[in-house]
Amino acid sequence: MSDLALQVGQTAAPEATLFWILAPLTFIAALGMLLVKKAVHSAILMAFVMVALAIFYIAQGAPFLGIVQIVVYTGAVMMLFLFILMLVGVDSSDSLTETIRGLRPIAITAALGFGGLMVSLLARATLGRTAVGVEAANANGNVEGIAQLLFSTFVWPFEVVSALLITAALGAMVLAHHHRIQERPTQRQLSIERFRGESLASAAGLPAPGVFARHNAVDVPALLPDGTASAASVNASLKARGDVLDPSQFELGTIDTRVEEEK
Amino acid sequence: MNAANYLYLSALLFTIGAVGVVVRRNAIVVFMCVELMLNAANLSFVTFSRINGDLNGQVIAFFTMVVAACEVVVGLAIIVTIYRSRRSASVDDASLLKR
Repeated sequence: MSDLALQVGQTAAPEATLFWILAPLTFIAALGMLLVKKAVHSAILMAFVMVALAIFYIAQGAPFLGIVQIVVYTGAVMMLFLFILMLVGVDSSDSLTETIRGLRPIAITAALGFGGLMVSLLARATLGRTAVGVEAANANGNVEGIAQLLFSTFVWPFEVVSALLITAALGAMVLAHHHRIQERPTQRQLSIERFRGESLASAAGLPAPGVFARHNAVDVPALLPDGTASAASVNASLKARGDVLDPSQFELGTIDTRVEEEK
Repeated sequence: MNAANYLYLSALLFTIGAVGVVVRRNAIVVFMCVELMLNAANLSFVTFSRINGDLNGQVIAFFTMVVAACEVVVGLAIIVTIYRSRRSASVDDASLLKR
């Protein structure tokens, strides 16, 4: 046993192959999470990192944690992240400008220092004994082993954590609860407002989007009788996102009205 | 392969997560970077559990996951609340106490 390296035993060749393929990919995905501009892309890369970590757990004799990782993280947590991204706006991309001057170089320097310190620390650490391997502890099955610990030694933390989960769920409900500022208008009030308003222009409803027979999707404004686009016919949120097309591009070519001369 | 390689990977992932929390401005991405740091710590726990040959490390990693799930739920609720009042998910815009 050498004193210099953390002697934790050699793993079997298949695990080494798995590690050397998956670890660089995980590292690149994590780095990409930092560098990509859109939050959705970050979320996808994060999901990849989570799945890779689950595979590492399973490879290291922790199948229960591996499955829990997939169910909880890629199943629930990433789902929640994507859901909130949809709510907040998918294209809410980060402005990658620095708001605090010189923050980025300082952060990168500090990260290099911290990472270098951790890695060199691990490289120089000695455990004082060789790796035991989790096979003996898993002899009765991994789930059974964890259950035994969870319901004997860790039963109090387990109960506390369950209280924490309930508190968190209630807290999220309280925080996300939305109070209406004024009463929701009834159908009757809406129709009175429509006909007693200052103009009767929208009494029959707003114009439907689409240019007749050429392009009838919701992102094309309808044409008014004078040929201009009607702003009232497209959804306001489509307009805000800049997804409205110009109806003039669906016009028929100008029709040649001259009568062809007969030969 | 030395099983300590998992610890190196864990250290690198933790560092990336820490940089992300400092550098990125979108609150959701900041949150994902916090998750990355928690996951890196979990990988260390699982690796040490294997090195020491008992399952205590795996149980602690399990608890970390539960706490991380709670943290995500409450954190995302806070982000939604802030987004509702300020129409922005950037961590720089929530600076009411500064002014």
